[in-house]
Amino acid sequence: MRYFWGRVGLFVLTLWAAVTLNFILPRLMPGSPADAAIAKLSQNGPVSPAMRASIEAQLGVPSGSVWSQYLSYLGQVVHFDFGVSYSYFPQPVSSLIGAALPWTLVLVGSVTVIAFVVGTLLGVVAAWRRGTVLDTVPTVGGQFLSAFPYFWIALLLLFFLGYVAGWFPTSGAYSQTATPNWSLSFFGDALDHAILPGLTILITSFGGWIIGMRNTMVNTLGEDYVTFAEANGLRPRSVAMRYAARNALLPQFTSFGMVLGGVVGGSLLVETVFAYPGVGLLLFHAVTNQDYPLMQALFLIITVSVLIANFLVDILYGVLDPRTRQ
Amino acid sequence: MTTTTDPVTPDPPVIEGRGNPLRVVARAIGTIWSEPKARFGVILLTAFILLALFAPLIAPYDPHDGSFPHSQDGSAAHLLGTTGVGQDVLSQLIWGARVSVSVALIAGLLATLVAIAVGLSWGYVRAFWGEAVGFIVNLFLVIPSLPLMIVIAAYLHSGGLAVIVLVVVVTGWAWGARVLRSQTQTLRSRDFVTAAKFSGESPSRIVFREIMPNMTSLIVASFFGAATAAILAEAGLEFLGLGDPNTVSWGTMLFWAQNSNVLLTGQWVQLFAPGFMIALFAVSMTFINFGVDGLSNPRLRERTAKR
Repeated sequence: MRYFWGRVGLFVLTLWAAVTLNFILPRLMPGSPADAAIAKLSQNGPVSPAMRASIEAQLGVPSGSVWSQYLSYLGQVVHFDFGVSYSYFPQPVSSLIGAALPWTLVLVGSVTVIAFVVGTLLGVVAAWRRGTVLDTVPTVGGQFLSAFPYFWIALLLLFFLGYVAGWFPTSGAYSQTATPNWSLSFFGDALDHAILPGLTILITSFGGWIIGMRNTMVNTLGEDYVTFAEANGLRPRSVAMRYAARNALLPQFTSFGMVLGGVVGGSLLVETVFAYPGVGLLLFHAVTNQDYPLMQALFLIITVSVLIANFLVDILYGVLDPRTRQ
Repeated sequence: MTTTTDPVTPDPPVIEGRGNPLRVVARAIGTIWSEPKARFGVILLTAFILLALFAPLIAPYDPHDGSFPHSQDGSAAHLLGTTGVGQDVLSQLIWGARVSVSVALIAGLLATLVAIAVGLSWGYVRAFWGEAVGFIVNLFLVIPSLPLMIVIAAYLHSGGLAVIVLVVVVTGWAWGARVLRSQTQTLRSRDFVTAAKFSGESPSRIVFREIMPNMTSLIVASFFGAATAAILAEAGLEFLGLGDPNTVSWGTMLFWAQNSNVLLTGQWVQLFAPGFMIALFAVSMTFINFGVDGLSNPRLRERTAKR
């Protein structure tokens, strides 16, 4: 229980720090993002005092005490009130993000789980068959692929499998003729559109899991309990899976946090290539249109999502490894 | 990592020899060279650096020269064709090495310097300050770096390469700091550090002259790791249009190629070639690290794994 509350405390502290960083960032920057935002917004029509106050609280104005700005910013964050986007005027930022977030969560979430499982299994094989083809091909190949830029892999797949071969749709998350609903046909359509972006993220992210698992398992294979299990005449398969791999699995979870941040970042680029309507594409639009309220809110949401995922993995780690709970 | 076995004798000459930066570098290179995968990486990286240095001699045309026929396919005059505004793709590719290679190396170097400063002092101090620094490092580790880079670069728009180097350094130092810190912690309680303490050396001298030379391979590894991250980040930011679109680099080539829809017009070479260069450059450094990792202290490998 102490472990759990310690993790909760750390999570809350990290969350606060991330929210505060999001507050400080625009204020550190030269010029006044808030004035620029209001100027842009006024092109769409009159700016009501409430909208102005909202933008000023979020992006900061030179006048007014920083402390009061900070408090009203925190109030906004708690209420999910991120103001009005002006590149998608007059839609509120929160509803734009609400529409985009599920696509990214499902895409990145499912692909990350697949990459974790596939990569870890390949890592087990690589360590168990150390020095053979089953070791060198996945480790060197995975290392090779993970050095490739995400968006470049995305462009190659888009060109060869999308345009040349014509096997998969080249943009969007579903056909333009379809409307989102819970039917099986729509699900199939969405899956069809998700394959190329998903494949891109998978190709570039599973190499890290292979290397991590292989290197840790090479260490656990040298432990006394593995030698003892072998001496007891256990089948090689159960020595590998139930003794060595099981103990090597835990460090994989601790590296989850760092890897996840990278995968999320990469998926932002992948989404822009495939015009996949997730938070990455939205962030790209926000940046190109200098839509600061949308951009700030997206950064906050992305960061908080990664923090929550990390927190869940931390809790899971505590459940899996009794030693951390002492 | 050979020095960890013999540093018990606190002879001043031995310490001087160990601290000599030239010897440290020479030994690091020797260590890397003895691993075939890493050797492949070193040769590749050297080729890229030479390409960048001698770009004016190698490139057939001026990369900004837009006087050629537009959107040509590859021919004898233009091996990789021309862009939508009539520039020679091959020349751009060769000149692009300058920007991409120097951004990667400079940003990697700066990030590593920050990582060394933070990681070593963080590993050496104990108690409250250690915890506080640890919290900040962990925060930078979990915050997804690409969105952070995008946001900062968007605010500092049209800043060009200096901004890209800055954001890469701001987001890229934490990983190295963490790795160097755990190694510092293991070295902190060794006899040669205790001996240095008793002989009255100052903490900063102990950290940077006694402890640091013992983790050369880790520092090299974190440099190449940071440089790899830097080249990928630079390309990503420029691809999104957050760089200076007038500089000739592989990232901006991809940006212009994507903007002129070369996939639809069939000139996919313009997307393939710069991306391939970026990938190959990143691969060269990853492979050097492969060798560095494999030759590091096995005890250390176990330690980071158990973390």
